[in-house]
Amino acid sequence: MSAFAAVIARELRLSIRTGGDVLTLVLFFVMIGVVVPFAVGPDRDLLARLAPGVVWIAAFLSMLLGLDRLFRADHEDGTLILLRHADLPFSAIVAAKVIAHWIVSAVPLIVASPLLAVMLALDGAAFWRVVLSLLVGTPALAALGAIGAAVTVSIRRGGLIAPVLILPLAVPVLIFGVGAISTGPGPDLSGSALLFLAAISLITLALSPFAAALAISSGED
Amino acid sequence: MIDLGPHAVFIIAAYAGVTLAVAALIFWTLFDARRTASKTAALEARGIRRRSAGPAA
Amino acid sequence: MTTDTAPKPSLWNRLAHPGQFVALTRSWLWPLTIVTAALFAVGLWFAFFNSPEDYQMGDTVRIMYIHVPTAWLSQFVYGIMAVSAIGSLVWRHPMADVSMKAAAPLGATFTALALFTGSLWGRPTWGTFWEWDGRMTSTLVLLLIYLGIVALWRAFDDQLRAARVIAVFTLVGAINIPIIKFSVDWWSTLHQPSSVFTMRGPHMPPSILTPLLVMAIAFTMLFLTLHLKAMHTEVARRRLMALQRQAAQTGASA
Repeated sequence: MSAFAAVIARELRLSIRTGGDVLTLVLFFVMIGVVVPFAVGPDRDLLARLAPGVVWIAAFLSMLLGLDRLFRADHEDGTLILLRHADLPFSAIVAAKVIAHWIVSAVPLIVASPLLAVMLALDGAAFWRVVLSLLVGTPALAALGAIGAAVTVSIRRGGLIAPVLILPLAVPVLIFGVGAISTGPGPDLSGSALLFLAAISLITLALSPFAAALAISSGED
Repeated sequence: MIDLGPHAVFIIAAYAGVTLAVAALIFWTLFDARRTASKTAALEARGIRRRSAGPAA
Repeated sequence: MTTDTAPKPSLWNRLAHPGQFVALTRSWLWPLTIVTAALFAVGLWFAFFNSPEDYQMGDTVRIMYIHVPTAWLSQFVYGIMAVSAIGSLVWRHPMADVSMKAAAPLGATFTALALFTGSLWGRPTWGTFWEWDGRMTSTLVLLLIYLGIVALWRAFDDQLRAARVIAVFTLVGAINIPIIKFSVDWWSTLHQPSSVFTMRGPHMPPSILTPLLVMAIAFTMLFLTLHLKAMHTEVARRRLMALQRQAAQTGASA
């Protein structure tokens, strides 16, 4: 367990020292919210109706575009080879990296989400649903992103191909994530959507370390 | 030819599109095979053989 | 003579050797082509001359004879790819790699055709080319997954390494597709309570079912023929790449 914690601590230290990344990510996330009113107009009712989708698309894009750094640096300086020969099973190391990735790239977004809620005219109750659905749904994005990053890590120019691969697989997260926020015109299904979102997060978190570890080790030998 | 009714244009477009795509698929498959074979033949003509195929003639 | 004492290799092992595989299956190509052509001739004759127009959809029912088979293939081909991926990861079967690679562009084409014919069928029956209906949307997502896999194959330099990595991704996709299907169905019922399209399934009269079945088998045979040919080409391409490496080496040393 201490080795597991050490891997998480290492990842967190690395990303704090190169702190620019986290700030850029939050800036990107907020900027999507700033740009949308310019595109659709400042009508508060319309913005409030679009807000759940906008917040999720912003989170979706900022998490998927930033996933390339998950394994890339460690692959380039050879750390990944060392980690594969560690005592800890490699899938456990990948799981630790996924958790660290979630802390670094999803938690700042959740912290920044009140800004988006204010700009997009969300009311108080809807705002808490936004935070809750981001909290429940982003682990699935981190886990799926880890698979994409692992599959493309041995491709030299793999920057854009990982998001393209993962986007279709992440469609259910987007559907249930937005579903958990918006009550819609029909019957209120946001509760069941939140449960489905939690189920998807748990399944992908359980499976993705194994898939990602397998993809990395088959790409490197 | 039978009468295809008021929506003939959609039926014909669907069949034409599928025919075109399938023809392109067949053409590409054959072209790819032909191209690979001719490149291999060109290399073998220069005397390059796999080790398993024995020494070059 | 070692060949006399050595045990005769099983069919499985002979199929694992690329050269043996090509030698064994090359003679299958012509019969497959002829069967495919004959099935298409029969199927198209049924579709245009020997099937009635539907009492609800009129003559547009004839689009179904190419729409349903391509939609069936879009899933069947992914199944082939997933089985090949297991073969590639578990047994490291060399022909499984080749089968996976050859199937991806074919599957993408058939999925695109299913969407194309579906939208041409939708225009006269629903009034729009595109409806965000559950079935169409999940087929669209499937197409995106296929295109991602094709892009992934093209991004790798080393095809042997690519095969195992892509096998992992293909299996992840195979696990995800039912989840995508479920979530898209949930989403589309949320947004359109009235179902625009219900498949009448087993209530189809035999006069429509017969051409549909013949066309489905014809399209499947078409895929199998093209897949086999593409696999042969892929084996030849790997040999060509080995020769090119060898040529580069001898050229450098000379």
